[in-house]
Amino acid sequence: MRSFWRTLDRPLLRDIALVALADGVVGVSFGAIAVSGGLPAWVPLAMSPAVFAGGAQFAALYIALGGGGALAAVVAGLVLNARLLPFGFAVADVLDLPWPARLLGSQLLTDESVAFTLLQRDPVRRRAAYFVCGVLLFAVWNAGTLLGVLAGRAVGNPDALGLDAASPMVLLALVLPALREPRARRAALAGAAVALAATPFLPAGLPVLLALIGLVTLGRPGASSVARTKVAGQA
Amino acid sequence: MTPLAVLLLAAGTYCFRVCGPVLHRRIELSEQVRWVLSVAATVLLCALVATSALTTGHGPAGWARPAGVLVGGVLAARRAPFLVAVVAAVVTTALLRLLGMT
Repeated sequence: MRSFWRTLDRPLLRDIALVALADGVVGVSFGAIAVSGGLPAWVPLAMSPAVFAGGAQFAALYIALGGGGALAAVVAGLVLNARLLPFGFAVADVLDLPWPARLLGSQLLTDESVAFTLLQRDPVRRRAAYFVCGVLLFAVWNAGTLLGVLAGRAVGNPDALGLDAASPMVLLALVLPALREPRARRAALAGAAVALAATPFLPAGLPVLLALIGLVTLGRPGASSVARTKVAGQA
Repeated sequence: MTPLAVLLLAAGTYCFRVCGPVLHRRIELSEQVRWVLSVAATVLLCALVATSALTTGHGPAGWARPAGVLVGGVLAARRAPFLVAVVAAVVTTALLRLLGMT
């Protein structure tokens, strides 16, 4: 870890720390909402390290608190987390490590750690960004959950503090540089439009997966490389 | 939530996470495919931004949160520091709620 800290520059570490702080506060609200809704303390305390995915944890929590079945909570959580599968392939290079590190490191895969990793080009910096962000988020998410469980009802409504704007804003800021590339931007905007249009009709999580339809704007595989060869030929 | 439910959710989620890293060496990915995968990740993150900024459940999220993310997004697009953009989004949303906007 120490060499990772040195690999990353101060502004990047500050950005990661800010994201960790925001996620820690959300973790507090997760723990607090769970116990003040009547769930035993072990539920949030087990979910935060074992599931380690905010959206799915809240979805499962609200289904459980609303009297829905355990199966519904599991299915909803898994549908929400299915996006982690393509994310895993997108950042697989940073986890090309000996088996123990690879298997443990995989648990650190989150929206934020993927977004920070994609921002880096250099392989060493990619790995450092992934692990620093992942370990820090894992620590604050679980510390936050514990704090929320202990504080219980004393924690107010995080929405009043505007914190629900933090997670979309964090991801937006992280994804903006990738959107400067025109083809990625077209695919992302098309995908976002599909997801928004599908939201009223589909269970949570599926609209986001459906956004992958936006990839059709990239054209047939190979088509772009043919175009590139032609351009090169003309030059 | 039963212990079994938490276990199933955790195990399923871990399977999603670990597939890419485990299969990384087994399947040879061309430069083209790796590029499409990174665009796919961008597409998914953008869809996550759009749905979490603009919707709650199956309906619109009201005005305060979208307005906050819009303010932060404009700042970020103009290359304002990350911290400034995120804090601006949160503060805008909180202030609008204080003024009675949902």
